[in-house]
Amino acid sequence: MNITKEEIQHIAELSRLELSAEEAEKYRTQLGSILDYVKMLDEVKTNNVELTAQVSGLMDVFREDEVKEWDKQETEAALSLGERENGSLKVKRVLQ
Amino acid sequence: MNLNELTIKEARVLLDDKKITSLEITEACLNQITKLDEQIHACLTVCADKARVEAKLADERLARGEKGMLLGIPYLCKDILMTKEIRTTAASKILENYIAPYDATVVRKLKEAGAVLLGKTNLDEFAHGASTENSAYGPTKNPYDLTRVAGGSSGGSAAAVAANMCLFALASDTGGSIRQPASFCNVVGLKPSYGKVSRFGLLSMTSSTDVVGPIAKTVFDAEAVLKIIAGKDELDATTAPEEMTNIKNVFTDNSSKPFAGLKVGLPEEYFLENLNPEVKDRIMAAAEKLKLAGAEIKSVSLPYTKYGIPVYYIITPSEVSSNLARFDGIGWGLKKEEAVNLQEFYKKSRGAGFGPEAKRRIMLGTYALSAGYYDAYYKKAQTVRTLIIEDFNKAFKKVDILLTPTCPHGAFKIGEQSNDPLAMYLEDIFVTGASLSGLPAISVPAGMIKVKDGSDMPLGAQFIAPRFNEDLMIQVAKLIM
Repeated sequence: MNITKEEIQHIAELSRLELSAEEAEKYRTQLGSILDYVKMLDEVKTNNVELTAQVSGLMDVFREDEVKEWDKQETEAALSLGERENGSLKVKRVLQ
Repeated sequence: MNLNELTIKEARVLLDDKKITSLEITEACLNQITKLDEQIHACLTVCADKARVEAKLADERLARGEKGMLLGIPYLCKDILMTKEIRTTAASKILENYIAPYDATVVRKLKEAGAVLLGKTNLDEFAHGASTENSAYGPTKNPYDLTRVAGGSSGGSAAAVAANMCLFALASDTGGSIRQPASFCNVVGLKPSYGKVSRFGLLSMTSSTDVVGPIAKTVFDAEAVLKIIAGKDELDATTAPEEMTNIKNVFTDNSSKPFAGLKVGLPEEYFLENLNPEVKDRIMAAAEKLKLAGAEIKSVSLPYTKYGIPVYYIITPSEVSSNLARFDGIGWGLKKEEAVNLQEFYKKSRGAGFGPEAKRRIMLGTYALSAGYYDAYYKKAQTVRTLIIEDFNKAFKKVDILLTPTCPHGAFKIGEQSNDPLAMYLEDIFVTGASLSGLPAISVPAGMIKVKDGSDMPLGAQFIAPRFNEDLMIQVAKLIM
């Protein structure tokens, strides 16, 4: 299957991946050949076949919505590598 | 015999008889790592000091008369399971300096059981691969031939066990990642049923097939580890309650024909014309052992087998693209500060942090899930997945267990397939079926086979059992080795 340069750029954009021109070209051909291969599924008749999203055999697993104290040290450690300001994680500006 | 070469069973007796200490076994393993790992590269992190502290604690518990199958037993853990205060990289640059704030449930259970964590093992980045060549930190080499791969994605765990760097290792299997490297490295790899073992603290790859399991030197040892790590976990809603997993369907081993009445199925589609005759011979030799023990060997058909790989390589990238969306450079992980806005920050951080296979899977999955393609790819794969599951259900009406090769060949050369992603995907031909269906499967050493240049490399025999019937699978596998 032929994926165009524009398509690979669009997929990279949706994927939030910055690609070099060389990478984009490599993935364009590789993804094309993988998609050609998986297309063999078209030969399988799947009318009236239910789809499988998961195989746990469980449905609607509920538990009580209880507030539990999580270890303070663990919480602190979980956030320690990010940039912090007033106890919150700091991110880059969203709007220009 | 060096202490690091012991099995868990052997070490257990010596520890309980006070003939050796946990610290002595731990030192023997650490020495082996120092001696061999520069060549093999099975470990990404070795935590020697912490291991010595844990070993001393285990020795104190033993001195107090405490009993436990894994008390004082040193192990290595695939670096995709969170370990508190020890770095967890998933073999990715994007998590190079990540230190997990808590233990995965399986790691916590092993800690409570007194097992000693020696360090973290190498893998394909985020477990994407079948050779450990996708590790951002370089490939693991096969202890049987250093020019060959150890398999993957749990290549580090399999090579470490094969090279006696530990008594067992933890690994994860999404589409063969425990079994294929076990086959390549001549060790036992057990993939439990989906939902048998908690995934809490396992970095998610394909949430609908991921499972944690052991790689060990013997089937007995793998069973010992499984018993400790299995069970319902309130932190993982997909773990099965006990009433589901409590299946007792084993044969009473009290005669010269312990498996009289057992029906073993050989799926035709796993023994096609083009299968290497030596591979077939090794598996038929395993079947012969079962026959001598009274089992009946039958041919069965799993007609949708050939669609396993295409289904797997749509479903897996789809789930991967969603699961890896959380690695955005914020909070932890590699970040590219020079970006001016948030979107650019995401793209630059992820573009620099992920390796080629992770990028391929993220993009493939994003494509398969995108508007206009969702029905043709993702939904189609999900329906064919149903047919693959039904194949197994039908087969298990005729037989109790399936026997197949784990892989179509022995370990290949490093670099031989790394430029051809599709060839690498085809590695998973015999292992994706059990994963997509949530079934337990085990790879046990079945002998050596000749590989291309004439040398001998290991091959595994795979048993696949009905869901949650690990007990029968283990009982049958024990007869092979």
